[in-house]
Amino acid sequence: MPREITYREALREGLDEELAHDDNVVIIGEEVAEYNGAYKVTEGLWKKWGDKRVIDAPISEAGFIGMGIGASMLGIRPVMELMFYSFAYVAFDQMMNNAATCRYMSGGLINVPIVVRGPANGGTNVGATHSHTPENIFANMPGLKVVSPSDPYDVKGLIKSSIRDNDPVYFMESTVLYGMAGEVPSNDELDEGELIVPIGKAKVKREGADISLIAHGRAVVSSLAAADILAEKYNINAEVLDLRSIRPLDEQAIMETVRKTHRAVYVEENKPFCGIGAQVSSMIMEQAFDDLDAPVLRITSADAPAFYSPPIEKLQLPTPEEIVERSLTIC
Amino acid sequence: MASKTQSKTTAEFADDPINASLTADDKIELLRKMVRIRRFEQTSLKHYHAGSIGGFLHLYIGQESVAVGSISLLGDHDHVITAYRDHGHALAVGMTMDECMAEVFGKKTGCSKGKGGSMHYFAPDKNYWGGHGIVGGQTPLGAGLAFGVKYLGQKGCCLCYLGDGAINQGAFHEALNLAALWDLPVIFIIENNGYSMGTSQVRSSAHPEEGLAARAQGYNMDWAQIDGVSVYEIRAGVNKAVLRAHEESRPTLLEIKTYRHKGHSVADANAEKYRTKEEIQEHMAEHDPIDFWKSTLIGEGVITEDDYKQINKEAGAEADAAAEFAIKSPFPDESEIFDDIYWEVDNNTEAGRTGRHFFHG
Repeated sequence: MPREITYREALREGLDEELAHDDNVVIIGEEVAEYNGAYKVTEGLWKKWGDKRVIDAPISEAGFIGMGIGASMLGIRPVMELMFYSFAYVAFDQMMNNAATCRYMSGGLINVPIVVRGPANGGTNVGATHSHTPENIFANMPGLKVVSPSDPYDVKGLIKSSIRDNDPVYFMESTVLYGMAGEVPSNDELDEGELIVPIGKAKVKREGADISLIAHGRAVVSSLAAADILAEKYNINAEVLDLRSIRPLDEQAIMETVRKTHRAVYVEENKPFCGIGAQVSSMIMEQAFDDLDAPVLRITSADAPAFYSPPIEKLQLPTPEEIVERSLTIC
Repeated sequence: MASKTQSKTTAEFADDPINASLTADDKIELLRKMVRIRRFEQTSLKHYHAGSIGGFLHLYIGQESVAVGSISLLGDHDHVITAYRDHGHALAVGMTMDECMAEVFGKKTGCSKGKGGSMHYFAPDKNYWGGHGIVGGQTPLGAGLAFGVKYLGQKGCCLCYLGDGAINQGAFHEALNLAALWDLPVIFIIENNGYSMGTSQVRSSAHPEEGLAARAQGYNMDWAQIDGVSVYEIRAGVNKAVLRAHEESRPTLLEIKTYRHKGHSVADANAEKYRTKEEIQEHMAEHDPIDFWKSTLIGEGVITEDDYKQINKEAGAEADAAAEFAIKSPFPDESEIFDDIYWEVDNNTEAGRTGRHFFHG
């Protein structure tokens, strides 16, 4: 019986293992230590690792993320938690200018091995200010890496590779996924002795031959549910490709699935304008135009700020039903 | 300080142990560094006007004592970070005129391979972490360098310089809070030249009567105000803060009063409109830190007027040679555009080879 743990537990396990792996890994963020994490991701880590390794920060994102960037220049590996990724916007200068460009402007003399992680999702009834999905904004900036894991296995493997990466990695999770359980082998079940998922490798989450649903983050879960409906009700066999990381991007995996199914839909909880789907569909058009039997569709969140009222907010995000309905228009 | 009080303050600060221990050669070296910075910048200005240098050029002329005096106190685990007026600090930590001049010319041989320009000099091997273009944006990084020093268990500190215009940025206040809260060995040095670009301090900053650094009281942080004309006073004042950082791991906020002879940048068309010519003339004639240090050393019998002329001549020749080096150096190659973005790509690691990193064309 394979081990099943939640996304939150898998993430915590990854953090714990990296604290053990490298003395220079330090976790800093609001409520990450004594409070055990606003979403309990870091629960127990302060008790285990103490004040030096797990540090409660004041509500001061520009200050503590900038501080982490400065410390990382000396070889510290700060893993900074944003309670919500929406709060990245108050640290924007630090995250865009300082983390992303110091290496370039120093002619390669400096590198910034920082991880900034936290939930980047809507759909939780908290209004527009706490529901931002900025993966496209940060992926726009060369020098940054953006990772968006959708299941417990990947979140563990990817947080470990992100912490070991020598460039800034912005690691975007989802509060909706924190309680999701999934198979994550324990280290003694693995030949390598630990679970590492490389950044920049997509994963086929469901094999199919009729249409490709390409997605990242929680939209992968919605796409898998949509694929079930397509199979059961319409006898359409959808392939679901989880990008897992936005930048670097597994372009090869995208083209492979498009060449296999000849129909592609990009599904994301991001906004449509210059979203990840805009980038991916442009690349498909340029590189696999002749393989397409239909235009590439993009299914995104509604192009509006997040609605507070729960029944309406749910309709703003891509639902399995919407994915099915739109997919049928090109099948 | 008015010039009439100079002899008194000079004597007072000259007797401070950190200054009393200076040899004649040390004192001459401090003078030489200041003169080299000035001649470097005068030479770069000449080439800017000739059209060989573009973009921004924020000159440090008039403020040289601040970088040279404070950086002269540092040891192996002490770090420096500053804003965009960064030539003085770069030369003070030991970067060469050649690499600095080539950088403003945008040449491949520049310290940042022509990718940073005047505002973005770096030399991690000399514990010099930039050179940052956004006002106040470097202050959390300064706190972070101090955090790193402390985390690694080293006895060191970070001197984090900023202008008086930066003290109203939120990031700076966040950095002050973290530094005080977490006992970080960082020394924030406000180089108060009186103007945030064209807006005088009076029109930009609310602060306690005692001065800008007195804002530190709100963070329960030690602070002091220092006259930036005198190298002795700067060294004595900054050294107290360095000792506090080294021995107690406590931060300090310092305000060093200084004056920039030139505009905010060379592109500042109003440099003689938002302040009077008389004000500028008075500072150049009576409060120039190089003149002051030169007079101090002549008064002490350490150098003669002829020695000074020789130092000045050598610095001028060095700056001219640096300009010659820059002019003769090649521009970067187009192929270098995609270097120095990702460490993993530059080092051709497995991570650097996995997935598409760049999306042009």
